[in-house]
Amino acid sequence: MNRKYLIWAICLIFFLSPLFLNAYWVDVLNNIGIYAILALSLNFILGDTGLFHMGHAAFFAVGAYTTAILNTMYHIPILFLIPFSGITAAIFAYLVARPIIHLRGDYLLIVTIGIVEIVRIALVNNIFGLTGGSNGIFGISRPHLFGLIIRRPTHFFYYIWIFLAVSVFLFHRLRNSRFGRALNYIKEDEVAAEGTGVDIAKYKLIAFVLGAFWAGMVGNIYASKMTIISPESFTFWESVIYFCIVILGGSGSITGVILGSFLLIGLPELFREFAQARMLVFGLAMIIMMIFRPQGILPPPPRKYNVDQIN
Amino acid sequence: MALLHLKNLTKYFGGLTAVDNVSFDVNEGSIVGLIGPNGAGKTTVFNLITGHYVPDQGEIIFNGQNLVKKPTHIIVSLGIARTFQTIRLFKELSVLENAMSGYHCRMKAGIFAGMFKPRWQKREERQAIEIALKELKFVGLDVDLNQKSKNLSYGNQRLLEIARALASSPKLIILDEPAGGMNDQETRELVELIRNIRDRGITVLLIEHDMSLVMDVCEYIVVLDNGKKIAHGAPEEVRENKKVIEAYLGLDEE
Repeated sequence: MNRKYLIWAICLIFFLSPLFLNAYWVDVLNNIGIYAILALSLNFILGDTGLFHMGHAAFFAVGAYTTAILNTMYHIPILFLIPFSGITAAIFAYLVARPIIHLRGDYLLIVTIGIVEIVRIALVNNIFGLTGGSNGIFGISRPHLFGLIIRRPTHFFYYIWIFLAVSVFLFHRLRNSRFGRALNYIKEDEVAAEGTGVDIAKYKLIAFVLGAFWAGMVGNIYASKMTIISPESFTFWESVIYFCIVILGGSGSITGVILGSFLLIGLPELFREFAQARMLVFGLAMIIMMIFRPQGILPPPPRKYNVDQIN
Repeated sequence: MALLHLKNLTKYFGGLTAVDNVSFDVNEGSIVGLIGPNGAGKTTVFNLITGHYVPDQGEIIFNGQNLVKKPTHIIVSLGIARTFQTIRLFKELSVLENAMSGYHCRMKAGIFAGMFKPRWQKREERQAIEIALKELKFVGLDVDLNQKSKNLSYGNQRLLEIARALASSPKLIILDEPAGGMNDQETRELVELIRNIRDRGITVLLIEHDMSLVMDVCEYIVVLDNGKKIAHGAPEEVRENKKVIEAYLGLDEE
């Protein structure tokens, strides 16, 4: 019971933090939030299903560019584009994942790295004359919500973290459902999962499409937050960061992934004055973690079932 | 009327003929044993029935439907459940979740139902737990349901696999060496369990190395050697069959 109050107290303090943090630190928290949602969307694929997917920035990019292009060319309001960005990213994910869904482990990893690089290079080369080449697209408008223009870091703080809270709520429910369990069956043993009646190709594909849908929506938020996007925001290195957040925080664990975002995105900001050395420490910390705690800092808690109620 | 009907089933692996023109019937409500020396092709036959492999020739008719080229998950939903020779539980998941996984193919909830939890989804979840508890009780697994399945003893892991298979409410259950790694006491209980499964109206097809178990529990036996069917019939007949004694029993038992 005490622990529950403690968690609520931390959440409350966190939600009030823009009142006493300066704009720089609020923006750091915003970045953490964006990375957290991206990593949570990757978590479906990597953490729950156990598919080594290192190209998640590609889906993020498709969402962000969908928003940027439609907003700058047709002036469609940003908020209307949220579901649309998600859907284009999801369709893109379906098309690229469909032929590779049967690949396992390292083979899938290589192909997904290829996907994110192809997307980045396509964006740099101003594909279809829409993406603005390496300069990217600028002049993306801010979200308008009930007459309020979301533009300051504090506004974005609530915008991003409320989006994250809703996502967490839905993801938590999904984890404790038939769908969430089926993903875990596949992660544990594909042959046994198929043998108990799980359509593994279908579920893997849904995990990709769902993860991409959310990454696409985050792309929308990111585009409107930055107002300018360019291919360098969607590199392979970005994908590696999401990957590390999930593995370090705890594969399949929602709290673990959020904690991982704080550590991987927040901590380097604290040690900014050490510039070069912080990356060294970061690398070292990852190695030590993988040796002594390969399941991540906070592995997923076991699901709870109301068995007594039935007996 | 045979529940499962195999006709001229053949499977090649490269130059090797793993299953060679095998035909047999499994009658509804019976306990059928598939035996043979190591490498005779027994598990390959199982993998053909369950859709893990596609036969090069032949037909597999289950309940009037041809199973050839159907994917495994469809075959499971048609009513064929199996256990594995090497135990394949979901090790990191709880005993209860393992048992619930069998009921997956009878559930409908997708991602939207999972996120928004309409009333029918809650009812379905509850039903899944009920079925899992019922089957765990049926196989006689009385352990902490929340522990990870990898922490169970070997014999209990086998029972859990059977419970998982039963949770899919199959018409036919295929057991691949269910007594492997079990002690005498556990094997005796297993014989009882197999009979109880049949008494529920579920047809049983099993592979087993433990001859006494096969002779004891099976009503009909099919003997494979080098991928070919060399004998079939009641346990007494098979026991007397010269070819069988030559191929298998003679070397193994005496």
